Amino acid sequence: MSAVYLAIPLCCLAAALVIGLFGRRIGRRGAHCIAIAAVAAAFALSLLVYADVRSSGAAGGVFHTVYIWGVSGGVPMRVGFMIDALSATMMVVVTFVSLMVHIYTIGYMAGDPGYQRFFCYIALFTFAMLMLVMSDNFLQLFFGWEAVGLVSYLLIGFWYERDSAVAANLKAFLVNRVGDFGFLLGIAAVLLLFGSLDYAAVFAGAERVSEQTVSTPFGEWKWMTLVCLLLFVGAMGKSAQVPLHVWLPDSMEGPTPISALIHAATMVTAGIFVVARMSPLFEFSEAALSAVLVIGATTALFMGLVGLVQNDIKRVVAYSTLSQLGYMSVALGASAYHVAIFHLGTHAFFKALLFLAAGSVIIAMHHEQDMRRMGGLRTMLPVTYITCAVGALALSGIPPFAGFFSKDAIIIAVSHSDLPGATYAYAAVLLGVFVTAFYSFRMLFMTFHGKIRVAPELRRELRDPPGVVTWPLVALAVPSLLAGMVFFGPVMDGSFFGEAVHIAPEHGAAAALDAQRHGRSGVLLILAAILHGFVTAPFWLAVAGIAAAWYCYCEAPQLPARIASACAPLHALLRHKYGFDALYQKLFAEGSRALGGFLFRRVDAGLVDGFLVNGAARLVGRGAKTLRAVQTGLTYHYAFAMIIGLFALVTYFVWR
Amino acid sequence: MSGLLSALVWLPVLAGAAVLVAGAGRRDALARRLALGFSLAIFLLSIPLYTNFDAGTAEMQFTERRVWIEAFNIHYALGVDGIAVPLILLTTLLTVIVVIAGWKAVRERVAQYMAAFLIMEGLMIGVFAALDAVLFYLFWEAMLIPMFLIIGVWGGPNRIYAAVKFFLYTLLGSLLMLVALLYLYNESGGSFVIADHHALPLALLPQQLIFFAFFAAFAVKVPMFPVHTWLPDAHVEAPTGGSVILAAVMLKMGGYGFLRFSLPIAPDASRELAWLMIALSLVAVVYIALVALAQRDMKKLIAYSSISHMGFVTLGLFVFNAQAIEGAVVQMISHGFISGALFLCVGVLYDRMHSRELESYGGIAAPMPVFAAFMVLFAMANSGLPGTSGFVGEFLVILGAFQANAWVAAAAALTLIFGAAYTLWMVKRVVYGKVISDAVAALPDVDAREILFLSVLAGLVLLVGLWPAPLLEVMRASIENLLAHTAVSKLP
Repeated sequence: MSAVYLAIPLCCLAAALVIGLFGRRIGRRGAHCIAIAAVAAAFALSLLVYADVRSSGAAGGVFHTVYIWGVSGGVPMRVGFMIDALSATMMVVVTFVSLMVHIYTIGYMAGDPGYQRFFCYIALFTFAMLMLVMSDNFLQLFFGWEAVGLVSYLLIGFWYERDSAVAANLKAFLVNRVGDFGFLLGIAAVLLLFGSLDYAAVFAGAERVSEQTVSTPFGEWKWMTLVCLLLFVGAMGKSAQVPLHVWLPDSMEGPTPISALIHAATMVTAGIFVVARMSPLFEFSEAALSAVLVIGATTALFMGLVGLVQNDIKRVVAYSTLSQLGYMSVALGASAYHVAIFHLGTHAFFKALLFLAAGSVIIAMHHEQDMRRMGGLRTMLPVTYITCAVGALALSGIPPFAGFFSKDAIIIAVSHSDLPGATYAYAAVLLGVFVTAFYSFRMLFMTFHGKIRVAPELRRELRDPPGVVTWPLVALAVPSLLAGMVFFGPVMDGSFFGEAVHIAPEHGAAAALDAQRHGRSGVLLILAAILHGFVTAPFWLAVAGIAAAWYCYCEAPQLPARIASACAPLHALLRHKYGFDALYQKLFAEGSRALGGFLFRRVDAGLVDGFLVNGAARLVGRGAKTLRAVQTGLTYHYAFAMIIGLFALVTYFVWR
Repeated sequence: MSGLLSALVWLPVLAGAAVLVAGAGRRDALARRLALGFSLAIFLLSIPLYTNFDAGTAEMQFTERRVWIEAFNIHYALGVDGIAVPLILLTTLLTVIVVIAGWKAVRERVAQYMAAFLIMEGLMIGVFAALDAVLFYLFWEAMLIPMFLIIGVWGGPNRIYAAVKFFLYTLLGSLLMLVALLYLYNESGGSFVIADHHALPLALLPQQLIFFAFFAAFAVKVPMFPVHTWLPDAHVEAPTGGSVILAAVMLKMGGYGFLRFSLPIAPDASRELAWLMIALSLVAVVYIALVALAQRDMKKLIAYSSISHMGFVTLGLFVFNAQAIEGAVVQMISHGFISGALFLCVGVLYDRMHSRELESYGGIAAPMPVFAAFMVLFAMANSGLPGTSGFVGEFLVILGAFQANAWVAAAAALTLIFGAAYTLWMVKRVVYGKVISDAVAALPDVDAREILFLSVLAGLVLLVGLWPAPLLEVMRASIENLLAHTAVSKLP
């Protein structure tokens, strides 16, 4: 199998290299054929690995070292793979969504001059993401982590002539770097504590280290809390958790396929994946789990609220991504790592679907993204409409769509958590269900229902885009409908990830989920879950959200404007996204530039170079000038000086 | 292989003389070709230094030793360990690249230009290979002369000020080193052999004085805050080749000096004063990075970036563990590739537009896509992206620093944010955005010659980033030995 492991990322890398270096020679067709063939191969092989992991049920995973990167200070640092249920699941999700996006790109980017470059980047992204999820050590994890950040940077700025795109990619990279700052220190702490960067050694030593403490400015902490919080800072950057979320909405400047693949389905879930992967560490720190829980809950509710006031179709979906990433964090914080990954998987399908559907609308609308200029598109774009509706239903958590099962499991898990902040988190995710349903269907209704607000000259040309665009939508709609039902049972009884996630017995969420089955399994369990779903609060909150959206945007279209003016301060707060962007712009972007300018002019050029260095030179110069006056070159001056000297010496010797 | 080092030191000097003679009377084409041939031959000659190097021992290898001035017990002694070998290879490689880079850009006094670089190459190798303090000192000072001429003759409008500043600054620092060397000569009973100085027991006060004397010489060279202000001026005025050698090789001599002299000769003072070195290094990493953000001249920005990155070298040397020192040496090599490449990138633009101001550029990705790809790659390497050499050194230094003090590591790790900020801000201004002017729109992309030298450096940046094992392997024994040596007190 080890050759297969290696082949999966390498075929994506090879495709990226060939397209990147010979893009002009192989042409557009060559570029997409190579990229799609490579990713399809990676997907097929990932399925093979997945089947192998499922059937063998290898406890603790399979390890395979590719090469020794370097040995420093006696610590070997390696490139290698750890294949277990967690990484195999991620590989399948990543390669499947990537494949769909590759196919879709043929249609979406058809007229773009950067066609080959685009395929080079997304193939490279797939490689980097696979290296991240397959890693068996922190070094390679960090490599994949930063490499996906690089590709994200390149792709947000893909249309590099747009100033907004170039501003957004710099912002995305730097905000992620703030997270990486914590992540890197977390890795350094891991090395200090465990003397190794390999997962196997670190996880094995977790219990030994769990009682060690360190004194911080905030008192005596468990080392494990510090390590986990530092690693989670990195996860917050990548998975866009408050307050490091500001880059994700702006990343919508990139082409839509990228928004689907990188900024919704895969890369942004890297932080969630990492925390799940580190479950043997997080389980020893309730403080860290509590922080994850609270930050996740805040992101889930408050970013969803911002989604309510967005008019750009992609930005609605972007804020929904933020909110859903918050849900996943909540699950992590409640020690339901397997549920977080379950939601990660279902979300990957329906969110990629929603983005690609939004992209399909954007193509049909000739790159118009403002929903206020859409409306009533359902008859003209039937395939897009139906698939988008599937996505919205799944996102809102309506049974039996995939999102229902994963979101319900999260809500059950958090209701059984007794960590500090769990009550807040429970309230936030419950309220979030209403908000999610509202903005999802607001988007659906504004775009596809109601009065047609499309410019008349565009109206005649409106139709579903070609098959390369619509088929991926259909292909993603299927798992958006089914994935929940298929994996619900194994997730609930905890068998799905086996030993890939570690949950301490005192954290009750997993046991509670298992108990929730009441011993049922298979079809019976799913039927029971769906029936039970109809009588629980989340379902009715979701229905209420849909109904409210229908009333506001189909029945009484004047109502939203009236509500907005009635609650003007609240509306302004949401329009300004709570002021994070303005604050960061002032404080960090402009602040550091101003500080740099001050230091350069006053300290570096003024004090150090101007006063000390050139000042010393001036002092020497001035001293020399003074002394030079003595050297007149006139003989009688020198004779006079000699006489004075002689007089002084004689006086001295006489009077001594 | 005895005599190899002598050949590597003196062949470039002779080659420089030959180019000078052959190229006299404006035979520029001949001078260029000869310089390229010689520099390539010398580079090939230096490869056995790596392939025949025994990485298993910390002993000096390829040693040569002859009495030179008997009256003062001065020897002509050469030899290399695992720290010097990569630095010498860096020197020989970058000289080839500088010759190629100056092929078209230099039109005045071509033979002299090429000769200056060849002669400087030999002298720089001499610095890395000298085992006798007087020999070291001679090479150390002599190497200033060609660089002084390169800045002063082929430099920009303010070249005389920059050249004099560079010369005086570095000379003043070196004089204190000479005093320290003479003191050591006396104390060791009349020996200039550096290894004898390593073994010499010294009380704390003389160790501290010696440490500061060496500090004056090496800190200026690195350069460390606050004796760094000569560097931006020198870089801005120097021709492209001068900037490349200055940043890629000459700055490394400061770090090399700390490794070869300060740490082993004054280990107790080094440990005692490590806090000062660490503090100054962190000032370089953080403060200089902020200063870099305020630059409008690309060369100045890269110069400040150099100072900031060299802060990792000095930081790594003074936290006293193997990871950090290995990281520091890797950082020296990597910074050689990356800063060299970035100065070459600016040179490529300067040759076309005759401006280094950020404001003159914008949107060059459209007319120069291949160049833009190189520039983004080197910028990412400068930001320490994993998979590039820029990551390896910073990563190891941060790991090592964390073992010593988590706060120091945290301050150093700020480079992840600041380093990326100033580098990518430059990329944003220069590479991306709308094409700013017709002049930019008409820029021709890099030609085969430029692709050649940029891709050699790009390949090395990626190779060291993806597989630093061979580089770490070469230096391991020497660094372990150094650490073991500094761990033992020399106090009587």
